[in-house]
Amino acid sequence: MKVMAQMSMVMNLDKCIGCHTCSVTCKQAWTNRTGVEYVWFNNVETRPGVGYPRTYEDQEKWGGGWVRTKRGRLKLRSGGRLNKLAHIFSNPNLPGVHDYYEPWTYDYDMLLNTPAGEQTPVARPKSLLTGQDMKISWSANWDDDLGGSVETMQDDPILKKMSEQVHAEFEQAFMFYLPRICEHCLNPSCVASCPSGAMYKRVEDGIVLVDQDKCRGWRMCVSGCPYKKVYFNHKTGKAEKCTLCYPRIEVGLPTVCSETCVGRLRYLGLVLYDVDRVAEAASVENEHELLDAQRDVILDPFDPEVIEAAARDGIPSDWIEAAQNSPIYKLIKQYRVALPLHPEYRTMPMVWYIPPLSPVVDVITGSGNDGEDARNLFAAIEKLRIPIEYLAELFTAGDTKPVDASLRKLAAMRSYMRGINLEEGRDESIAQTVGMTGTEIEEMYRLLAIAKYNDRYVIPAAHAETARELDELACSLDYEGGPGMGGPNRFGTSSGHPVPVAVENFHALANRQTSDRSAVTGRVNLLNWDGNGSTDGLFPPDAHGEVDGEHLEGEHLDADPRGGGGVGDHGPGDENRGG
Amino acid sequence: MNPLSMLLWVAFPYAAAAVFIVGHIWRYRYDKFGWTTRSSQTYENRLLRWGSPMFHFGILCVLVGHAVGLLIPQEWLFAIGINETMYHIGATVLGTAAAVFTLVGLVILIYRRRTVGPVFLATTRMDKVMYVFLGATLFFGTLATFSYQLFGTGYNYRETISPWVRSIILFQPQPELMAQAPLFFQIHALCATALFLLWPFTRLVHVFSAPVQYLFRPYIVYRSRDEHRSGTRATRRGWDPVAAPNPQRLRRP
Ligand code: HEM
Ligand code: SF4
Ligand code: SF4
Repeated sequence: MKVMAQMSMVMNLDKCIGCHTCSVTCKQAWTNRTGVEYVWFNNVETRPGVGYPRTYEDQEKWGGGWVRTKRGRLKLRSGGRLNKLAHIFSNPNLPGVHDYYEPWTYDYDMLLNTPAGEQTPVARPKSLLTGQDMKISWSANWDDDLGGSVETMQDDPILKKMSEQVHAEFEQAFMFYLPRICEHCLNPSCVASCPSGAMYKRVEDGIVLVDQDKCRGWRMCVSGCPYKKVYFNHKTGKAEKCTLCYPRIEVGLPTVCSETCVGRLRYLGLVLYDVDRVAEAASVENEHELLDAQRDVILDPFDPEVIEAAARDGIPSDWIEAAQNSPIYKLIKQYRVALPLHPEYRTMPMVWYIPPLSPVVDVITGSGNDGEDARNLFAAIEKLRIPIEYLAELFTAGDTKPVDASLRKLAAMRSYMRGINLEEGRDESIAQTVGMTGTEIEEMYRLLAIAKYNDRYVIPAAHAETARELDELACSLDYEGGPGMGGPNRFGTSSGHPVPVAVENFHALANRQTSDRSAVTGRVNLLNWDGNGSTDGLFPPDAHGEVDGEHLEGEHLDADPRGGGGVGDHGPGDENRGG
Repeated sequence: MNPLSMLLWVAFPYAAAAVFIVGHIWRYRYDKFGWTTRSSQTYENRLLRWGSPMFHFGILCVLVGHAVGLLIPQEWLFAIGINETMYHIGATVLGTAAAVFTLVGLVILIYRRRTVGPVFLATTRMDKVMYVFLGATLFFGTLATFSYQLFGTGYNYRETISPWVRSIILFQPQPELMAQAPLFFQIHALCATALFLLWPFTRLVHVFSAPVQYLFRPYIVYRSRDEHRSGTRATRRGWDPVAAPNPQRLRRP
């Protein structure tokens, strides 16, 4: 057994309102530069839908992830090492920019500089690739809220797997949002595809990164990732990907997408896993067993043997403690309500999802029945096979049993807590039908519905011994007019020294959380925003020169029931209505 | 020996070699971040799918051909039983095929660079200069092969050009060998020398990162946070890590 720690995320899909705040703040922090205009490290897809990039889940076409050979070993779906090198001059599986979308801006100048005249001036869309006028015909979320999906929905690779009749019924039944970031997989096929060895999984916290100094632009990682979460910066010629906001994680702050999530539905924490067993778990024959195999790789942080092995393998004691308090461990292993996205890609993804119960509740209440009654809910889960099959294609390689189990637990929580709120008492029998105890249900309710900030994010800071390294990590980002000798363009815009990501000192930031004034001045910097108060420049100063928004101070610490309203009008997020 | 031939066949090659070597070291230390193929495949793949493999497989064959033709003395090949006619036919046939492949590939690539909007916009000035010299080198090389070898009487460059190359490498330059070579070969050599001079400052540096190590490393790379200080430069003075002084050094020996 070799124990490693993995920083992981769980998203509670019931609470996602599809507001794209996470995507926008992530973009603002990481990809608001030339070369990555089309890149969304975090994107939110409406399902059913084709996703971003279009139909990325169709691995027959894109060749991402691993497959199991007849001899029971794993090989990259798009071919082994020699095959990769033979196709290095033109990668047959690489998505083009147009599979994402052609990025654009508007000719705003036109609005300002057109002389007064008859017609109102218009700002035409201009392509950011060619500078020419263009017709906008796709984007990262073109089929948002099923918009235009009559035309595109049949291309959804998941729906394609399901039968025609299913397809027809589905259109009337079900819609939900799927926010996606890099999965920071335990068995990352992007890393395995990188010919230069520039991509790596960090030993300390399992974050998967691209070393910008070692990347040579062979662009094999982009096609190797089945989730299409490595992107090619077409300006610098290097691969970039979600960094799990490592500069924030290292000082104990949640990622930007988590911090700013309106639904407060993201959970961050450590799990300990046995790295020696990853390959074996990823190559079990039956796809339906991948979920349990992955659960088994995750170790029990309370087991004395695991604790001893972890200490032996250099995991500091406060990290072991953080793993014990981890919401991720609870959701994946204890309550077993969270499920991985596409385990059949065999990359062992580590961003898991709690499937949405709300569509089921909607169907019940829509038919005039009581959507909080346990019997109604269980019956509906039995009956609503199509949505559940769809969820199963996403989360369990098509096996509906784990999805059923997870939804039944959420349903049980809903009715059990209703009983308490209506002072009808604690109905243990509801808990028992899903194999839990009433106390467990109440604990799960605290985590999922009350969802206090400190329960959602249990992030141990990186160790001080290594703190000096933190702001000089390998994931550098260039910016226009950077300090490259002779200016940009001599060897291409990418030339020159990498500019360190973390310009501010993040320890100063940690201190800021306890002080009442912003220490970082001058510009809007969401990467550094801890959700405390407002970040400078976000709001214009009011008449007294005070920055607005100061009164927000500390509110995130307390997701109190009144403030929590409106997040989800259905689902566990709302259980606290009566309380 | 006349000064022009000294300049062209001794001074210039050595200057180019010096710039080539020092330039690469400098570029690698200063600009690892800019060391990339700057692939343009995301913009366009219809033409690249043909042009790039044709060009690359072609030019790699050309490189191997040059290594054999220029670096291995003909006597060595005679010794293993490859006589002049065999070599000549082999080199001409394979060389012509490789040249055609390379040139067609290059034409596709250049056509693509010019006509595909986003690719053209992503072309730097250095790219253009590089293409001029790369194209000229390939063009005159092919012209020489065609006019002397394929349609001419055949020119045994292994008695002049090859020894000249080796004389340069062995620091005993013999410019007179090159001075008597036919014009197209001379122009070809000069263009190539100029290309080497430019090499470290163009995207051609990617050739030195050809990822052969991929065949031998484990699939999943793990790296510790401690190992990866940004590799481009040494820690700047005044930014050394905070660490306790070494008490060992207080002791007298
Ligand atoms: C040794 C192995 C080599 C490898 C693995 C390699 C790989 C690559 C790759 C991946 C690209 C980017 C193609 C794209 O997606 O746009 C590229 C471009 C290019 N390579 Fe190579 N290359 C090699 C050798 C060479 C050599 C020997 C030369 C010429 C002397 C060369 C000249 C070029 C040129 C000119 C381009 C730019 C093509 C364009 O117009 O886009 N390469 N190479
Ligand atoms: S999801 Fe992330 S870690 Fe997994 S293969 Fe894709 S880029 Fe790599
Ligand atoms: S609710 Fe949260 S996860 Fe969903 S779109 Fe909004 S910010 Fe993103």
